[in-house]
This record gives sequence, structure tokens and C-alpha cells, in this order.
Amino acid sequence: MPLVDVILAFVWVGLTAYVLFAGADFGAGGWDLLAGGAERGREQRGLIEHSIGPVWEANHVWLIFVLVMLWTGVPSVFAAVFSTLYIPLTLAALGIIARGSAFAFRKVSTRLWQRRLFGATFAFSSVVTPFFLGTVAGAIASGRVPAGIARGNLVTSWLNPTSVVTGALAVGVGAYLAAVYLTRDAERAGLPELAESFRRRGLVTGVVVGLVAAVGLVVLHADAPRLFTELTSGRALPFLILSVAAGLASLVLLWLRVFLAVRITAAAAVVGLLWGWGVGQYPRLLPGVTARQAAATDAVLAATIGAVAVGALLLVPSLWWLYATFQRGQQETATETTQESA
Amino acid sequence: MVLLTAPATYADLVAARTQMALSLGWHIVLACLGVGMPAITLIAQWRGHRTGDPAYRMLARRWARAMGVLFAVGAVSGTILSFEMGLLWPGLMGVYGQVIGLPFAMEGIAFFIEAIFLGIYLYAWDRLPPVKHMLTGIPVLVAGVASAFFVVTANAWMQQPTGFDVAHGKVVAVDPWAAMFNPSTPPQTTHMILAAFMVAGFGIAGVYAVGMLRGRTDRYHRLGFLVPFTVAAVVTPAQLVVGDWAARFVADHQPIKLAAMEGLFRTGRGVPLSVGGIAVNGELRGAIEIPYGLSLLAHGKPNAEVIGLDHVPPSDWPPVNIVHPAFDLMVGMGLALLLLSVWLGWTWWRRRDLPRSRWFLRAASLGGVAAVVALETGWTVTEVGRQPWVVYGILRTADAVNPAPGLVWGCVLVFVVYVVLTIATVYVLRRLSRDSPAPAAPQEHDVAGYPVA
Repeated sequence: MPLVDVILAFVWVGLTAYVLFAGADFGAGGWDLLAGGAERGREQRGLIEHSIGPVWEANHVWLIFVLVMLWTGVPSVFAAVFSTLYIPLTLAALGIIARGSAFAFRKVSTRLWQRRLFGATFAFSSVVTPFFLGTVAGAIASGRVPAGIARGNLVTSWLNPTSVVTGALAVGVGAYLAAVYLTRDAERAGLPELAESFRRRGLVTGVVVGLVAAVGLVVLHADAPRLFTELTSGRALPFLILSVAAGLASLVLLWLRVFLAVRITAAAAVVGLLWGWGVGQYPRLLPGVTARQAAATDAVLAATIGAVAVGALLLVPSLWWLYATFQRGQQETATETTQESA
Repeated sequence: MVLLTAPATYADLVAARTQMALSLGWHIVLACLGVGMPAITLIAQWRGHRTGDPAYRMLARRWARAMGVLFAVGAVSGTILSFEMGLLWPGLMGVYGQVIGLPFAMEGIAFFIEAIFLGIYLYAWDRLPPVKHMLTGIPVLVAGVASAFFVVTANAWMQQPTGFDVAHGKVVAVDPWAAMFNPSTPPQTTHMILAAFMVAGFGIAGVYAVGMLRGRTDRYHRLGFLVPFTVAAVVTPAQLVVGDWAARFVADHQPIKLAAMEGLFRTGRGVPLSVGGIAVNGELRGAIEIPYGLSLLAHGKPNAEVIGLDHVPPSDWPPVNIVHPAFDLMVGMGLALLLLSVWLGWTWWRRRDLPRSRWFLRAASLGGVAAVVALETGWTVTEVGRQPWVVYGILRTADAVNPAPGLVWGCVLVFVVYVVLTIATVYVLRRLSRDSPAPAAPQEHDVAGYPVA
């Protein structure tokens, strides 16, 4: 296997982790906004803060990992994507600033108006960032980013049918994952009513996301026929099937209140979409540019793979410990962070 | 989208550089606090654990809370930088991204570890036994220093690009290890990491110095001053030595940068050291000159030759009127902080106490500002002194910039966002420092009511 494929696999693993974890954090921002007034929404916001407070930064780092792998492994592709798509990427980046800081600020704020302001910022950027990152994915998937620096159209490359659908899909996926994850968190924290309300939202969002994905396929058919063909009759078909099956199973499991298992199927539905895209597009990264053509030299790829492998030995147990520490025994401290006093 | 139809202009290059300078100049302060604060917090926590002194424990708790906010803001502002590498400098990253990718990959992993353990450290205060909890702070400290090291190696490479060849406009024969461990790496990384401890130490101490000036001289405030100040005071003399090493390195390897730092236009022997002054029409005016100073400092001999800007065409000169005053300011701040450190060291050695003069506290309350000024000006020397090159001697900044039109608007947007972010951060930190008493961890009931007002 060419070394660059290993790096691309890292990129895709990183992207998957980012969507599954940070995507859900972003999604929680939307639910946070819709939680209702200060009093009514307190419990729900407390749960959200409690669930993502310790982990959001670690979740966020996946994005940096993806960027670094891209500029190291396929530098010219990184340069082409970032120069042509600098508008949506700048907007996504501003959303990232707003979200991270607002969330951290709110955590230590005690006044109601501040918590409202930071909460609204958190929610606003929770929509902005996934949407624009989604449009970037759509731009690449529909072949609108040509090789070279700033060669693509600065506007239509990301403002087009495929990009808009993928942007909407990214927002929806985040909201859906968040609802699904929070259902279980609420249940474990002994908040059955909250679990129930997230279950309802999960069901609704799940259906909506499924519909958007279906519309997306139609759009792809017209706008990105090559990827459409791969997804519906080529190598990527198994992933599409996985996504659809897991998505349907998730709705059933949510309906039946099997909150732990639905986490896995909901994640699988998203993974199916992401990997379907990746496999469908491989080995062409940009129009006329294959992974091998864009690849860095073998010495760089080998050293990077080695560094990531060694890093993984440190990272995997650390991550496991992080999640294990905070998925256990939430009850005793759930009240500590829910004080939303004026 | 009329704004985007005009072709990219010189203004776009200036905008890109301004945006980068703004984002990096902002992030670097947060990054320094992120590197330095864990050590200082852990010292306080450890002392608190050993002595049971609630003042130490309260300080550790407070600093940890502030660290959580600062780290979050530092993490997001750092992410913006990795975006900007591609948004603003695709000409650099598209070709050389692979050459400096390795240290960035390692930095990413170190940062990951830092984020993971910081999450555990901050949120598991009440879930882990005290010693175990304290141990989770160690990876935060180590990973913080490691990320600083890795990321600065990439910058060092931009100063001393090694580990690759260029053939037919393509980068070949890349040796990522040689690129990472380039000649500039040892002095630059050491200088930066020490600077981080100085910024964090003098910065936190300054906050408590202000409190003491306002009459809050209880044990809590004294310790809040002494712990970080001591860390910074220990580092400062070492920084002087390392700074000298870094300057000699520049003299040997980037003589034009040194010439800009010193405002030296003509190559010569027995060159004096010029302090202050302004460059007008190819000469430095109004500087205080110390005879043979520069020859001695740069090469250790009073009659050593020092290369001036005349060595290269003016199109290759860095902007002297930025680099020279920045360098003087950095050195001045460093020396002032050294003086302050010696002052405390002296009285402590004589009578185990702070200097009695209120002037000491007044000066110390500005120590954090001075350290930040030294940091920013030092970084200005490093980066502006490298101009007009982004990769020294190989790639010009103007050739690396994103040629897409409209970068000016991105710059304006980013400026507004950073202004808002600065206001919000300062506001939140001030609120945090006034929470009285700060919420303590369940394992620390005894410090919850500790009077800190």
C-alpha cells in the first residue's frame, strides 16, 4: 500500500472522530439554544455543559490533526483547497473561535445575561461552523476545487447545490448525534424527562437528516455524477447501505428507548456517509489530481506515520481514560455545574 | 460579491501579514500562559498538599480555573493559525508543508495529550484522590512544553531551512528530521520556552502585586505573588544567557537580520553597539553608541567584522525601523525584569522577606506587562527580521501569499473578532478573580471559606 494512503486513512479517521465527537458538541449548541428560558432550560443546559465540558477540547483537536495530516501528506491539495475556499474556511474558523471561547466563558460566568450571551454565541457558531465546513466538503466532493493556488471560483466553489446540501447535512448530523448521545447521558444522570425530550428530538432530527441525505443523493446525481455513480453502484455502495441501514435501525432503537445501542448505530450511519464519500472519491482528490500525484516524499510520509503511531500509543489510553472518567458516575456532580443563578 | 472581483493587490499582502501578525501575536501570549501556568499551579498545589496550607490550595484552585479559560481561548486561537497557514500562505504550505509537517504532527499529538489531561485535571479535581489528581497535571505540563518545542522547530526551519533540495521547482530529497532539528532549533526553542515561563510567572505575580499595593497583604496574596515570581526570577538570568546565544546565532547565520536588529547599515570592524535611534536614508540617527559593543557581543572580539545591510541589495532588507526598536525594547524589558528578580533575590537572601519599598511592588505589578512586551517585540524581531523572506533566502513572503482577492476583508473581520475576544477574555478573567470565595473542590471543604477578599 502506498504510504500516502496510510496518511489519507489517518485523515479520514481523524475526520470521522471530529464529526462523531466534535460534531455532536456543535449539535449540542443548537439544543442548548432551544432549551427554553433560563429556568426551564437550566437542567438541560447543565446536562450539556456537564457532558461536553471535559471533552470538547480533546474532540476539537481532531480537526487540527486532520489539517496537519493534509498539509504534510498532500501539501498541494491542502494549498489548493484552502486558497480557493478561503471564504467558507475563514467563516468556519471564526465560528470555532466563538464557540470554544463562549463555551469556556459561560462555564465560569455566574450572571444570567452573560450566560445568555455566551450561550447564544455558542449556539450561533454551532450552526455556522458545521455548515461552512460542510460546504467545503461539498466543494471538494463535486470537483469544484481545481489544482493550483486559488484557481477555483471564490464564490460558486462553495455556494452551489452540493455544498449547500452537505452544509445542511453537517448541521443536521451534529444535532442528531447530540440528541442521541444526550439521551443516554440524561438517562444515566437520572433525568428521565430530559431523556424523553432528547429522544423526541432525536427522532425528529433523524428523520430530517435522512430526508436531507436523500435529497443530497438527488443533488449529487445532477451536480456530482461521478461520486453519485460510485455511491449507488460502485465501491462506495456498501457504505451507503451501511448508512441507510444504521440510520433506520437508529430510529427504531430510539423509538424503543435503547439509548446505549443507538449511539453505535447513529454513529455508524454517519460513518457510512463519510467513508462512502471518501471511498467514492478515492484516488482522485481534486480534478485531475490523484493521491499519489499529490503525495509528499516517502521520507516525510514514513516519518509522519511513525510519529503518529508512537503518538497513538500515548493517545489511545489517555483518550480512553478521559472518556471513562467522565462517563462514570455523573450523578454526584451533575448539580454542581447546573447553577444558573442570576 | 463585487469585492472579490478585483485582483489581489499589495494591500492584500499587507492584509495577510497583518492578519497573521495579529492572530499569532494574540495566540503567543495565550500559548505562553498555557506552557507556564501548569508548572506554577502544580507547585502551589503540591505545596498545599504537603503543608495543608489552605492559601496554597486556594491559589492552585483559582489558577486552574483561569487556566481552563485561557487554555480554551489559546486552543481556538491556535486552531485559527493552522487554518491561516493555508488560507493566507498556500504558496508556502503547498510546497513546503511536507518539509515542516513532522514537527506539526508531533505538536498536534502533544497538544492532544495536553487537552486530554487538562480536561481530566480541571474536571476531575473532585473525582480523583489528591495525589493522583496532581499527577494528571504532569502530562499537561510536559505536553505544553513539548508543543512549544515542536512548533518553534517549524519556525526555526523558516529561519534556517535545511533538510530538502529543490529540483525543477519541486521539493525533493526531504529529510524531515534534518528540517526539524535545523541549526536554529536549539537556541530558538530554548529562548521561547523560557520566555513562556517568564510571561506566566511575571504575569500572575503582577496580578497579586496589584492586590498587595491595594492593601491585601494576607498570606494568600503574598504566596500568590511569591510562587509565580520565584519561578520567573529563576528563569530570567538563564534567559539572558540564552538570549545572548540566540543573538550570536543570528550573527553567524542570519547576518542581515542582525544588521537590521542593530540598525547597522555598513559592514565594518570594531562596530559599536547602537541603542535606540531611527533609520533615515540608510543611516541610523540619534542612537547611543557603545564603542566596540556590537563586535564584542556578536563575535566576542572588539575588532571582529560585523556584516551590515550593505551586504545585500535594499530589496532584501528587513524593515529596520521595526526590527531595531523591537530588539532594543526586548533587551530593555529583559534587563528590567532581571533587575527586579535580583532585587527580590537579594532581600530574600538577607531577610527572608519581600523588599519593603512599595516601589518594588509597583515595578512588579508591571512585570507581567514588561514580559509580554518583551515577548511580542522578541517575536517581532524573529519574524519581521526574516523579511522579505518567509523561508529565509528561499521563498519570499510575497510569493507565498494567497493571490485570491479580498483578503483585506478577512483581515478586518478577524480584527473585529479578536477585539471582541480580548474584551470578553479580560472581562471573564476579572470576574473570575473576584469570585469570593472561589468555588472549591469537594475534597477541599476547608479552603472554601478562606478569606480572599
